[in-house]
Amino acid sequence: MTDARPRVETDKLTAMYGKTTAVKTVTLRFVSNQVHALIGPSGCGKSTFLRTLNRMHELSEGGWITGRVLLDGQDIYDAAVNAMQLRRKVGMVFQRPTPFPTMSIYENVAAGLRLNGRLSGAQLDEIVERSLRHAALWDEVKDRLKVNAMALSGGQQQRLCIARTIAPSPEVVLLDEPTSSLDPQGTQRIEELLFELKQAYTIVIVTHNMQQAARVSDTTSFFYLGTMVESGPTRQIFTAPKSEQTEAYITGRFG
Amino acid sequence: MNRRLMRRLASNVMVGLMVVAVVLAVLPLFFILLDLLVKGASSLSWDFFTKMPVPAGETGGGVANAIVGTLIIVGTASLIGIPVGVGAGIYCAEYPHGRLTWLSRFVADVLNGTPSIVVGVFAWTWIVARQKHFSALAGSVALALLMVPMVMRTTEEMIKLVPNSLREAALALGYPRWRTSLSVIVRTTLPGIVTGTLLAVARIAGETAPLLFTALGSQYLSFKINQPMAALPLTVFTYATGPYEEWHRFAWAAALVLILVVLLLGVGARLAIGRSAVVND
Repeated sequence: MTDARPRVETDKLTAMYGKTTAVKTVTLRFVSNQVHALIGPSGCGKSTFLRTLNRMHELSEGGWITGRVLLDGQDIYDAAVNAMQLRRKVGMVFQRPTPFPTMSIYENVAAGLRLNGRLSGAQLDEIVERSLRHAALWDEVKDRLKVNAMALSGGQQQRLCIARTIAPSPEVVLLDEPTSSLDPQGTQRIEELLFELKQAYTIVIVTHNMQQAARVSDTTSFFYLGTMVESGPTRQIFTAPKSEQTEAYITGRFG
Repeated sequence: MNRRLMRRLASNVMVGLMVVAVVLAVLPLFFILLDLLVKGASSLSWDFFTKMPVPAGETGGGVANAIVGTLIIVGTASLIGIPVGVGAGIYCAEYPHGRLTWLSRFVADVLNGTPSIVVGVFAWTWIVARQKHFSALAGSVALALLMVPMVMRTTEEMIKLVPNSLREAALALGYPRWRTSLSVIVRTTLPGIVTGTLLAVARIAGETAPLLFTALGSQYLSFKINQPMAALPLTVFTYATGPYEEWHRFAWAAALVLILVVLLLGVGARLAIGRSAVVND
């Protein structure tokens, strides 16, 4: 059953770009086997917050943080933690599909696997197939694994990116508006996929589509102007929000 | 009605002007090629590519030594210039705020504008004057110096075209920085880098000035990089300025061969671009 122990926690997390504050003292916890949605208007800091969870934020120009981010109780900003090892445990899917353009479908999925020591060809084949099945793409590409990944449609490319992200068996999957560049059908496939994926992973998804947050998530956190205004079970956030700002946002009065 | 007519007229006039500009740009190349073909093609024969030059006054012979010499000199220059240029280009693109970036960009721009004969003088002072004899290697070094800034800037520009999202995707998978650069970024831009490199090779293949007092030229077939060596541009220069009619015909033919080599490299570069367009879609 669901393990209620928090997988990922932030403790008074503040994220800065140089001297500009993008996220202000956010304390949040995400438990495993659930989908957590981060909503809010553009520029509210939700994407920046997401990027602190796998230390991608520090790669942005002038990006730095204060506070703590814990993965299974371990501070990921501790000097002893290797950011590259961490990112293999906390995978990320981006707004626009980003398959590696020089690689085949197969190589794209295997890209992350090749980083973790030597796997035999058979092991690779097996993991690639499993990941593609998990990402609901296998049936569409099983006969053309050697084809360049750019030959796929946008929606397929995004599912390929999800397969690539889950292939190295991460513990947490972060998704930054993964459907914003897709058509309704592609969006639906991804949303269905999230239900599958949460059986195995802790999922945090940034979206500015509120219907999507309501459809796919178990908990929702509302961000506004860099602060986390309200967080709770999705049903409660959408039916009985405690904060007036949250209510104004979800009823479409701003943002 | 009147207005529509005016618009149409303005459109046609502008298109016409552009066609004129294109024709003016293409015509010189066309005439050069035509002239070379008319005056040079008749001297082209199997002997021309395979035989050595003969003493003045005799007929026959060829420029095999110059063709081999150009291949060796340009090949050596590429071996020196391409790794340095590509490496520096990658550095500048990947570390836009690095300490050396501003400096190397500045140096590359200055070097790009330096007349090739000045670069030749430097190669002469560094290598020829010290060794006290002319050498093909000195010529290669001079050509490599001309090549580095061209290769470097195109490499940098090509890498800058890669969307940042691709870099982030690799880093988010846990790729180390160096591996992101090499197996994702550089691999994606490889056709573009190859194109820029081929164009740079074509540029230096025709350089004459830096070779005049480095490789010097030679009547004999030589494979010794540390000795004077013949090269096509030098052959063109020597034969064209010589007093004999036979020499002039040879100069035309050598120039034709040289421009065909350059054209071939250009076509190769075009093909590489074509491939990258498919990949980068």
